[in-house]
Amino acid sequence: MCKVVDVRQSVLAKNDHLADALRTELTARGTTVVSLLSSPGSGKTALLEQVLARMGVRGVPVAALTADLATENDARRLARSGAPVKQVLTGGLCHLEAAQLRAHLEGWLPGDTRLLFVENVGNLVCPASYDLGETLRVTLMSVTEGEDKPLKYPLAFGLAHLVVLTKNDIADAVDFDGAAFTAHLARVNPEVPVLRTSVRTGEGVQALVDHFLAVADGAVPHRPRLASAPRGGAHAPGGTGGHHHDRAPAPAPLTSHQ
Amino acid sequence: MHELSLATAIVERAAETARRHGATTVTAVRLRVGEMAGVVPDALVFSFEVAREGTVLESARLVVEEVPARARCAGCAADFAVGTPPFLWCPRCDRPAQALLSGRELEITGIELQEAET
Repeated sequence: MCKVVDVRQSVLAKNDHLADALRTELTARGTTVVSLLSSPGSGKTALLEQVLARMGVRGVPVAALTADLATENDARRLARSGAPVKQVLTGGLCHLEAAQLRAHLEGWLPGDTRLLFVENVGNLVCPASYDLGETLRVTLMSVTEGEDKPLKYPLAFGLAHLVVLTKNDIADAVDFDGAAFTAHLARVNPEVPVLRTSVRTGEGVQALVDHFLAVADGAVPHRPRLASAPRGGAHAPGGTGGHHHDRAPAPAPLTSHQ
Repeated sequence: MHELSLATAIVERAAETARRHGATTVTAVRLRVGEMAGVVPDALVFSFEVAREGTVLESARLVVEEVPARARCAGCAADFAVGTPPFLWCPRCDRPAQALLSGRELEITGIELQEAET
């Protein structure tokens, strides 16, 4: 006998619920998660090194988790700031998922952490689809990458709460067309704030630190238009709903490293 | 290539539904995929064929319905197609869209089961 079962469930429902739970739990204990997304070689790690160092000088407890397919090089670089740093090796997987992140935070994340930075695998495609429980999602791009990158990777740029341009000190040398970049970005993410930075000259680094601290203090991040659409299933407004039995039970609270 | 992770999640979900209904075989899974879901339907179908091996979905089809991305304008309240790459500004008012209404779906809508003969 044949039978059709109506389900209406988002394929990413499990990840989305876990991410929501993580965001709620960490926010309640005073930790704000900032995720960083970019292609390989855009300068995420170099910028994060400076951010962590400045946070340290200001006495703000921060921590960082960095994901790569292989090597612990990034964690070694970031650890020089003195902040707790953890390397996640994805073993070839192209993106981080909420369950993975949670498992790595368990027993490691210091309880007094104000800001936790999560550096995703260098990739502008796959990580864009996965909510990690972050309050602020930052997409970075270096001036050498081409002004039309927001059009080529519309989800990565369209879902960002903040866009950061890196290596701005060489913008003129590589003929970076700032106006074209701004126009392309506005097309996929109207009104998203943009910060131009350079770790060589220090341009924009303090503004970035201030932006992070403001969000940690409760400032409401930019609202990307793309984020407003339902992914289907229980998240769909006015949807058939009634699938709460499919929800995974809330995980046990995270334990902190003392 | 996160399509393989997604295909695995689809297979797990369908297999669980089959178990709950006492079915021995899943013959099809129906899926809605939005234009802005960040998923390539062909890659998803290919991954599904890998993920279903050795499961009750061994011979199941993945039926994909593509959903266009549409947005609403805050000014004139009209809905418009955003296209690819997306253009989130109203073509009439030249104002930013208020919200994306559809196009990010990645939703299982139906699972066809073959129930055990009694």
